[in-house]
This record gives sequence, structure tokens and C-alpha cells, in this order.
Amino acid sequence: MSELLEQALQILERAKGDEHIEVYVSSGTDTEVQAYQGEIEKLSTASSSGIGIRVLTNTPTGARVGSAWVGSLDENAIAETLEQARDNVRFASEDEFIAFATPDGVSSVPMELRTDEVATTPLDDKISWAIELERLVRSGDTRIRQVDSANYSDYDVAAAVASTNGVRATYARSGAHISVEAIASDGKSDQTGWGLSVARSPRDLDLAKASAEAIRRSTRRLGATKPASMKCTVVFDPRSAATLFSVLGSALSGESVVRGRSFFADRVGEEVAMAGFTLLDDPTDARHFAASQFDGEGLACRRNVLIENGVLKGFVYDTVAGRRAGTVSTGSAVRGGISGSPTAGCRALQAVPGEYSQKELLAKVGNGLYVESMSGVHSGVNPISGDFSVGVNGLMIRDGELAEPVREITVASTLQRMLLDILYVGSDVEWLPGASAGQSLAIANIAVSGT
Amino acid sequence: MSAPALVESSVVERVLESALSRGGDFAEVFVEDRSTSSAMLDQRKVEELSSGRDRGAGIRVVVGETTGFAHTANLSEKGLLAAAQAAAAVAREGGGGVREIALSTLRDYPTTAAIEPGDVDKAKKIELLLHADDVARSEGSAITQVQVGLGDSTRRFLVANSEGVFASDHQVRTRFNVICVALGDTGMQTGYRPVAGTRGFEILTNEAVEEAARGAARQAITKLDARPAPSGDLPVVLAGGSGGILFHEACGHGLEADAVLKDASVYAGKVGELVASPLVTLVDDGTVRGEWGYLAIDDEGRPSARNVLIKDGVLTDYMWDYLRSQKEGRASSGNGRRQSYQHLPMVRMTNTYLLEGTSDADEIVAQTPYGVYVAQLGGGQVNTATGDFVFGMTSAFLIEDGKITTPLRDCNLIGNGPDILKKVDAVATDFSMTPGTCGKDGQSVPVGTGQATMRLTGVTIGGTAA
Repeated sequence: MSELLEQALQILERAKGDEHIEVYVSSGTDTEVQAYQGEIEKLSTASSSGIGIRVLTNTPTGARVGSAWVGSLDENAIAETLEQARDNVRFASEDEFIAFATPDGVSSVPMELRTDEVATTPLDDKISWAIELERLVRSGDTRIRQVDSANYSDYDVAAAVASTNGVRATYARSGAHISVEAIASDGKSDQTGWGLSVARSPRDLDLAKASAEAIRRSTRRLGATKPASMKCTVVFDPRSAATLFSVLGSALSGESVVRGRSFFADRVGEEVAMAGFTLLDDPTDARHFAASQFDGEGLACRRNVLIENGVLKGFVYDTVAGRRAGTVSTGSAVRGGISGSPTAGCRALQAVPGEYSQKELLAKVGNGLYVESMSGVHSGVNPISGDFSVGVNGLMIRDGELAEPVREITVASTLQRMLLDILYVGSDVEWLPGASAGQSLAIANIAVSGT
Repeated sequence: MSAPALVESSVVERVLESALSRGGDFAEVFVEDRSTSSAMLDQRKVEELSSGRDRGAGIRVVVGETTGFAHTANLSEKGLLAAAQAAAAVAREGGGGVREIALSTLRDYPTTAAIEPGDVDKAKKIELLLHADDVARSEGSAITQVQVGLGDSTRRFLVANSEGVFASDHQVRTRFNVICVALGDTGMQTGYRPVAGTRGFEILTNEAVEEAARGAARQAITKLDARPAPSGDLPVVLAGGSGGILFHEACGHGLEADAVLKDASVYAGKVGELVASPLVTLVDDGTVRGEWGYLAIDDEGRPSARNVLIKDGVLTDYMWDYLRSQKEGRASSGNGRRQSYQHLPMVRMTNTYLLEGTSDADEIVAQTPYGVYVAQLGGGQVNTATGDFVFGMTSAFLIEDGKITTPLRDCNLIGNGPDILKKVDAVATDFSMTPGTCGKDGQSVPVGTGQATMRLTGVTIGGTAA
């Protein structure tokens, strides 16, 4: 048994009377290196651990729950945290739907999501990659005038969830990440572009890909102008599409739905998207960097189909949202580390790839706008009303090819319309950090605001 | 009354000495003890109260251009020394010899809170949440959902460095917000109002809570009649308060010395130049007592200050932390901040605002034949290297014939910092501030933004209407 699980079980033994306890405990190490002008600018190494405790007491018409957390595994701190959680229970409202997860017999899909290589790779190698990444970008194109950060980072974490309801889950995950931002100049103005590479093991990072991406993205935006406002087909690149899928994911969370905060509410069975569009949340797909054996309540993660061939199939639920909706958890509890309580959320979204490569897809579209970065997503997209308006940078698409760069424009529509207006889903799936993978995605009838 | 020091001064001295034992130029110990609590009322149910505690130390060592950093939750001398050695690992050449560190007396800064959050009965907090819910619902039956949140944090920290800084602060912040959802024929709309300050529970008076609840409810109800926002370049009048985020995004980030020194800011090398309309005087001011971005000292132990960044349109200075100011041989401006002991400090804003002008707010609207009136701005973001920014309008109206008319659906504004600063053609006298959270390189810190009602001659509105 893992040490963390053992620690969690010890806390469960302190349950008094009919109180229920759930413990989430995590521990990990991380390293960050930032290179600048051939030297290490920042080097940070740290290990951290902590615990989140929830206490639940049953009442005649439901239950109450309270929680507390601490960024330490120190015995006194844990004891104090348990007392805090107990005290907090007293003030919570009774709720018939409040409950902890109960083991549901679904077994987890075996996957190896951790490698020793994060720990065994010498720090000097990690440092040299950050420095090399910067060098590759600086020397890769004469128009690159600055690289303001070239980063290497990795993590190696383990966590456990256990409850007096019989939940026993442990997870371990590792990952490494490089990213670089290039500033290109044509003497008149500057443009920036990010390049990145992600892997479970530092040995699998691709410096050449990340540096080439930063160079390509920054240099091809040079000379960007602000076009006239228009309505056209927009092709989102894989990164932007992944952001779009994540936004859809928040509206597909059972938590949003049961609270009436999703435009998808009450539409299961309806055609909500183009007929060829299928969106899944599948943490059991090990290619996804967010893959996981267990969810935030310690239930096995599973493959959940959200939209299938354009038809809304369902939502993701944790235990409480599932109960509110009259159904059960889909193994989709997510929690924001030790301080966050579980809530229903998508963890590993992906759209089923279509038949066209990006090149083919652009040829099909003919004319339109290619979006390669979006900003203001947190302020400009409303998963309740579906309103969508974000700032973008990108290139025009002319005669099926990428053409001149454009900047300082917004694209706007509603998520409802955008789903129905999807024209093509690309085959060029990119596995990215975060809750969604992405591929090129063409959507018609989008309002582009420029001059 | 001051609480016992987080770590004894003799221990801090030994840790600093250890951090420099391999030959660093500068070492710093930052010890933090933060308690937080939150309560959320959703549909009249107290969902869950949560309490948290985070305690630990971050140690950094600077050697030439390189910074080494390590943090630990273990505040024993042994734990601190281990972190010091980890941070010192960047001093690869070794052999710095022994540098003796002697700290002077601790400078202890008192809290601005009259009522510490921890002293408030939890039942009293819940009463307040329920009261806000009642007030919001009394605004009309269209209000179908009300969510009220209350969070507070008490952050004590001690910072010491090899240059003799030895200071501690006790920051208390309280934040309350109301989110309302109204349902109408055209779907759901939301309204939002915060109350927040670097203060204790005393800011949550009945009046403040009621005003927030009513404001959020009315905003949601008003937006039920919203129609799609126009698309294209239009004059924009920003109401006093939340419009300050425009200046935070449009130029504040570009005036942070870390971006400037890397020549990754459009404002690099422009001190003394006219970068904005002469109506623009922009200040970053950590000394506005009790404001959300208030600091007695920054997270490097430097007293906060009022720094004029742009005066009458001319760029006067950037914002500085220790590291960046050292490179330029000048003093820090008190802008070195970090999210927690687990993070390195960097240049961050505090309360950033545009000084008020002389116009009348109503007159500005009256003299705008056609445009958009933005009553509330949401979040935004900026690319400091290009100056391009975007932010959300969470409450906006059309201006037709000098009058505020139809409410508009949520959408983004987009622009370019240097451009927009030149487009300010009127600034009123109704100054006010709004609390916000600023994210940079993965770290979030509380900031204030402010301005008076003002007009921009043209901003791109990202709506869908022609």
C-alpha cells in the first residue's frame, strides 16, 4: 500500500460516531528552469505535500459537509485540520443530495502515467535543454530579436483518496514540459509566438518542434494588419480548438447543468452540433496528458461520450451532481488540489478526428480566417448564455492557403451556433497540456470584427 | 499586539548565511503563514465552509544573472537549512566563504483590519450571505439563481535578506461577491458585484452587502433585454471604476520592469516620450490604505509607494522589484510581489489608476452621438510585447444621440495599448476603484484598478451585430 494511502487511512480511523470522513492527500516534487541569454535565469526545485479533509454527517433529511485543508503532512497540522472541517460541518445547510462517493464496482483502466525519469534525469540535463531551446530559437531565424523566456519544467506527483465509505484510490503521474516565447521583428513592429512540447518523460520532449513552432508562429505574423469587419468561415488551429472544447466542457459539466447554468440543459437527445461531430471526455486514453485512473473522489475514470454524431448524449457527473440529476457519478469528479472540493468536470476531452489534414481542410474552406491564438476567453465566453467573443491573431485563408497575417480582431458568435456551423473536423490531433486535445476545426458564419 | 515571530531572527541569520555559503550575491528568506476561509451560499443553501492553512518558507539565492529558489513547508531550522542549500545549488562555482549576516530589529507592520476574520462567528457570516440572497431576490421574480460567496485570508509573513531587510507584515483581506442569474424570454443573463478590501470583516456592512446584491440583480435583469453588441470600431465611454482594468492591461503590464528590461515591452526605451493623451496620468499606488491592492510592504520587504508612471501623457517611470532595480542601479518601487512562499517575487502592480480629469460624466455621454457605454468591464489580458489587449464587457449599453439606451450582450473589446492611450479624449471627476485578481506567469495577486468616467474615440467592439 502506498504511504499516502496509509496516511489517509490513519485519519479515517479517527471518525467519531456516525461521522464520515474523506481524505485527499498529495505529495510531489517539481523543477523549473528558465534560461535567458545562454544562462540559467531561474532554477527552482521544490517538494510540497498537503491534505484536504471533508467531514460529513447525516441528518434526518440529508447530510451536511464541511472541509478544511493544510499544505503540510505534519501530525499537528492534520489534527487541527480535521477539527476545522468538523467545525465547518455545523454551519452547512442540510441537503438531501450531499453524499460521498461509494465504490461503484467499475474497475480502473491500467495505465502507466508515471516514469522514474523525471527523478533520475540529472538536473544538468534539464538545465541544458532550457538553454538549448533558447539557442535554437535565437539562431533559427534572423528576424527573432528576443526570446524572453525559454522554460523547462517537470513534476512527479502522487495522491491518494480514501473515505469511510470504502473508497481507496492512489494515483501517480509525471510530466515534463518545455515552452518558449519568441519575439520576431521586421524593424517596424514586433510579433510573438509560443512553442511547446509536452511529455510524460523529460526524455521525450521535442526541442526541435517547440523551437520551430515559436519561430513559425512569431515570424509569420510579422506585418499583420487589422482587416475590415466581415462574416466568414474560421479555421481554429489545434490549440485554439482545444480551448474551445474546454469551454464546451464546462457547459457539459453535470454541475453546471443541474444548477441551470448551461445552455445544454434539457437538450439531451437533441441535435446540438454538426452531424459528424463527436466529443468525448476520456481520461482512460493514455495519450491524453490529463489521463487518470481515478477521479477526484477516488472512483475509476471512464470514457464518457458527450456529443455523438451531433447529438447531445449526456453530461459528466460527480457523486453529488449525479444525485441531483437523478443519476450516478460518471467518475468525473475533478478537484483543484488539496484546497478544492470535488466537482463535476471534464478532464480529458477530445473530438473524434475527421478525415482531412489541416492542408486539406484549408483547401476545402477556400477563403476565411485561420486563428492561431485566442485571448480573453475567460472574459468573453459565457457558458450559461453561450455568448462567444474572443480576441484572436491569425492569418487569412485565400484560395485554400494560409495568406497574410491579421491582428487585433475579435471573432464572435454563440457556442450554440458554432457547434451547428462546424464544417470540418481535422485529423491533425495534437495532445496538449490541459483538459483538452485539439485539432483543426472549421466553423462557418462567424462575425469577425476589425476596422 | 504583535504575534510571535514566524521564525527566530538568529535562525533566519543562519539560514541566510547557509544560502550564501557557496558564493551567492544575495539571499532572501520569505516565511509565510496564511489562513483562509470561504463560505458559499448557492440557492439559499450553505454549500460548504472551507478553511485552509498554508505555512512555509521560500528561499532564493541570486548569483550573477541567475536566481536559485527552493521552498519548504518545514519551518524547523533543519528544514530551512535544507531549502537554503537547494536554492544555493545555482552557485555552481562554490567557495564563497563565510559571510556573516546580522539582522537589525524586526520592522513589524500592523494590519489594517479592525475585525479579524478569525474572530467572526461563522454563524454571523452565514447570516450575511442569506441577507444578500434575500435582497437580490427582492429585486424581481426574474432572478432565478443567487450565489453569494465570502472569503477571507490572513497572511502573516516575514522577509529577511542579506542586505539587512528584516520586516514582517500582517495582511488581512476580505472579499464578498454576489452573482445573480435572471431568466427571461431570450435566455439567461448574469450579474456580478464584488465588495473587497485589504480590511477585515468591518467592510461587510449591511449597506455594502445590500448594494452589491441589488447591483448584481439589477445588472442581470437589465441584460435580459440585451441585444447583440455591434461589431467594429466605435467610440466607447467607460464608466468610473471597473474601466481601470483597461489601463492595467493596456499599459500597466508593459510598464513592469521585468518585461521592459528584456525589451519585451512596447514601452521599453520610451521614458520621457509622449505615450498617451495629455489627459492621462497613470499611477500605481500600493499605499491606498484598505484598497484591494494595498500593501504596507511588498513581498520583498520594501515599503509600498505611490509611483507615477505616466504624467500628462508622458512616460515617467516603470515599476520595479529588487532584482530588476539592482540591474539598473536604482531603488525598487515597492512592486515585488508573489502569490505565496512557493513562488518567486516578480514585478507586479498594486492599485493602478488613472487620475480624474475635469469633465462632467453625464456631459461626456451627452456629447457622444453614437457609441458604447461600458458600465462594467470583466477580465482581460495583454501581450506585453505587442501591446495587444482584450477584455470583456459584462455590462454595456448603446449610446444613441447622447443617451444611454439598449443594453448589450456580453462581448469583448480589443485594442492595442499604445493606440488606446492616445484615444482618451475626455476624463470626468467621478473616480472610483474596483478589486480584481491579476494573473502573470501562473501567479495570482490581488490588485485594485480605478478611473473616472472617460471616453475613448475608437475601440474595436467584438459583437455580432452589423
